[in-house]
Amino acid sequence: MYGKGLRPLSIASAAALGTALGLIFFYAPLDADQGFIQKIFYVHVPLAIVALCGFMAAGIMGIRYLRSGDRSWDMRSYVAIHLSIVLAVGVLITGAIWAKASWGHWWVWDEPTLVSFLIIFLLYCCYQPLRFSIEDPERQARYAAVFSIVAGAFVPLNFVAVRLAQAFSHPRVLSTTGGNMPGSMRLTFLVSLLAIALLYITLWKLELTSKNATMQLKRLRRRLELELDEQHVAAGAPAPPVGTVPAQPVGD
Amino acid sequence: MPALPLGEAGKYVAAAYLVVFTLVIVYVAIMAMKLQRIERELEALGELADKRRPR
Repeated sequence: MYGKGLRPLSIASAAALGTALGLIFFYAPLDADQGFIQKIFYVHVPLAIVALCGFMAAGIMGIRYLRSGDRSWDMRSYVAIHLSIVLAVGVLITGAIWAKASWGHWWVWDEPTLVSFLIIFLLYCCYQPLRFSIEDPERQARYAAVFSIVAGAFVPLNFVAVRLAQAFSHPRVLSTTGGNMPGSMRLTFLVSLLAIALLYITLWKLELTSKNATMQLKRLRRRLELELDEQHVAAGAPAPPVGTVPAQPVGD
Repeated sequence: MPALPLGEAGKYVAAAYLVVFTLVIVYVAIMAMKLQRIERELEALGELADKRRPR
């Protein structure tokens, strides 16, 4: 179900990533101001954009779950947030490395772009503890969906607020007034963005496929155990308690 | 700050790309371990299915 199209998607991701790396290091010119260190831009910014879009997409999936009651939307939303958190870790670390090289500091607390991203990251770090603190699966899915919607709505609001604020050090790369990249840099950036987006979708589908397979196996195992118990009862033998059938093969 | 010389900047750029590469590799490794678990579970299910009386 979820694994459909995974193979071409994986090939496309690998090809896009290879092309992006080739363009970054052999095609895009060196930045006149920052020099070679600007190459971090091609991985840092696409990671940030894809992570934030993933958070918002998770919110939309949360809405779909609440509207339909279909648990698969809850699973999609959960995996999207999980993956976006991994990407956000990448954004924070690559950003800190770039900041150290460019500004001489690992972190600048009075820079709205940095702090707002950290707030969003910490907000989503609360998602998993909140989710797994609820035992009832229905309530867990419902509360998680509400969280994903509220936090997902916070992401674009935060983005707009940061745009309106005064920037101190962090550049406004994709604004109408700033970041006039030459064509070769723009192309490299767009290919990098596409590559990271494809990688995100591939990993998202891969994890969904894995989770779905695990759930199906559990369901099948339960059914088989029940059938075996019924056979024991029909044969007049005492049925072993459910769940005691050995998980590993045993010698006869 | 003035632009760093290529040798100095190269270390930072390599570190940044290595971080992203490591994150992806760790993620894929975790997925591979999950796949192994699914495979083991499938084997166990096969054993259970063999124990079933044919209908």
